[in-house]
Amino acid sequence: MSEIKKVATRVGFGNALVELGAKRDDFIVLDADLAAATQTGMFKKAFPDRFYDCGIAEANMMGIAAGIAATGKKVVCSSFAMFAAGRAFEQVRNSIGYPHLNVIIGATHAGISVGEDGATHQCCEDIALMRTIPGMTIINPADVTEAQKAVKAAFELDGPVYMRFGRLAVPVIFDDSYRFEVGKGVELRAGGDVTIIATGLLVNEALQAYELLKNEGISARVINMHTIKPLDRDIVIKAAEETGAIVTAEEHSVIGGLGGAVSELLSEECPVPVLKLGVYDTFGHSGPAAELLDEFGLRAVNIADKAKRAVAMKK
Amino acid sequence: MDAAAKKELETVVLKVRMGIIEGVHSAKSGHPGGSLSCAEILTYLYFVHMNIDPENPKMENRDRFVLSKGHAAPALYSVLANRGYFDVGLLKTLRHIGSILQGHPDMKHIPGVDMSTGSLGQGISAAVGMALSAKHFGQNYRVYSILGDGEIEEGQVWEAAMFAGNKGLSNLTAFIDYNNLQIDGTIEEVNSACPIDKKFEAFKWHTITIDGNDFDQIETALREAEAVDKPTAIIAKTVKGKGVSYMENAVNWHGAAPNDELYEQAMSELKAALAGMQ
Repeated sequence: MSEIKKVATRVGFGNALVELGAKRDDFIVLDADLAAATQTGMFKKAFPDRFYDCGIAEANMMGIAAGIAATGKKVVCSSFAMFAAGRAFEQVRNSIGYPHLNVIIGATHAGISVGEDGATHQCCEDIALMRTIPGMTIINPADVTEAQKAVKAAFELDGPVYMRFGRLAVPVIFDDSYRFEVGKGVELRAGGDVTIIATGLLVNEALQAYELLKNEGISARVINMHTIKPLDRDIVIKAAEETGAIVTAEEHSVIGGLGGAVSELLSEECPVPVLKLGVYDTFGHSGPAAELLDEFGLRAVNIADKAKRAVAMKK
Repeated sequence: MDAAAKKELETVVLKVRMGIIEGVHSAKSGHPGGSLSCAEILTYLYFVHMNIDPENPKMENRDRFVLSKGHAAPALYSVLANRGYFDVGLLKTLRHIGSILQGHPDMKHIPGVDMSTGSLGQGISAAVGMALSAKHFGQNYRVYSILGDGEIEEGQVWEAAMFAGNKGLSNLTAFIDYNNLQIDGTIEEVNSACPIDKKFEAFKWHTITIDGNDFDQIETALREAEAVDKPTAIIAKTVKGKGVSYMENAVNWHGAAPNDELYEQAMSELKAALAGMQ
């Protein structure tokens, strides 16, 4: 078996900014002293006069982004998820969300796969925080290809967009022919016994879980839910109706993320068992990313176990 | 400024003050003290200084204004209404259900409001972003903002000041409405940011200190601000509650509405002053 190519989704973010920058000069990119890590540094290198470093001041960066957008210009601002969604939450809510401004927030280093930096930097709450802001679009790409396409799609949206990227190099799932549409979940595997709805780096794990389950005679449907808000209601309700059991999988708290969004929808529209795989209301800690993913149970085998439980719970 | 022009502005600002009192009284809530203190600054900006067009509030190259101390919304609304952005009669709908006149400025629904504000410390960052946008895209409009002297206790203000100073955003002018009172008392009693001028100067801003209730001094300061190659902070010493006798320098009128009796008193004082102008 050939070596699987692995690239971090944040690289797709950087690639897309450079690609867009070559085509249009009507936008500004901001960072808060993390350009080398977030990959806005790629844009900075290519277009130094269209990049502004706000320094270690994320709250002010969000306000500056809002001001630029209020003058009718497009703007991308970037930091780690912890600081973009966490520290600057209220600036995002009041200065960007409330006036529904066209700001793209590129939040990298999300989740526990940040690794060695430990709990202070392992943001597993950002999706929950951003979901509570009316009008906020939230996109969590699964691989570098999807990340790059998602950034370009976000440029065409009206209103704020929170984009979640990872630090860790993850397998490339999609090729250039992959079609990305904001707000439309993608069925990657057909199946009738249970549906795994995954986002971000858990999509690849879900595809492996599909194989594990298949070996045990369970037919799992796999959906890539790259857009968490607005949630693709139709694909979720259809999956609940047709397979009768759901597993959600995300590198995020089980409180308020994809699992929360799916549960909220299905409890009202089509109540079926929804088992949530994610980080269980705990802080992370330091360690190599791959080992943390094992330890926190964010692997294919864990998804498969949940899926079997979900099938057993079906009426 | 010649005497006729000044008299005209003194007349307008009395009408602006009446609009503030009308709105806050009708809402039975709001912030009259800090609205009255910055009435001259707002009046001068919108009636004389800024390149704006009430008929075309979204004019692309207009000067921008951000009320960073968003709780002074009654003053901004009264100035906008008196300037012709919307009907003066709307001021009585302040804070009412169904009114466009939200408790704090809402750029999505109120003609002439360039930025939604209200959470202290955030407006100045947006103003900095607007000034950066103008410079970056080669547009020649200027950006103005008013901050409270209590508001500048927020750390974000100094993040914004640092960025604007370092980037030399000379198209940005920020007034500090230095009325010396905030909700819990005088700024010294609470947590003073003084010396305000020295702080802005340390962040590479030009500073000017004026009487912020004096049109001549406002005019002179704004002209000076346009001539320097740095952002300018105009520390405007003002009287909180200015123009309504019982509200002047009284901390309890920061965020309280007058009852019917006190409303009548305020309006008769302002009407008498207006009659005296004619």
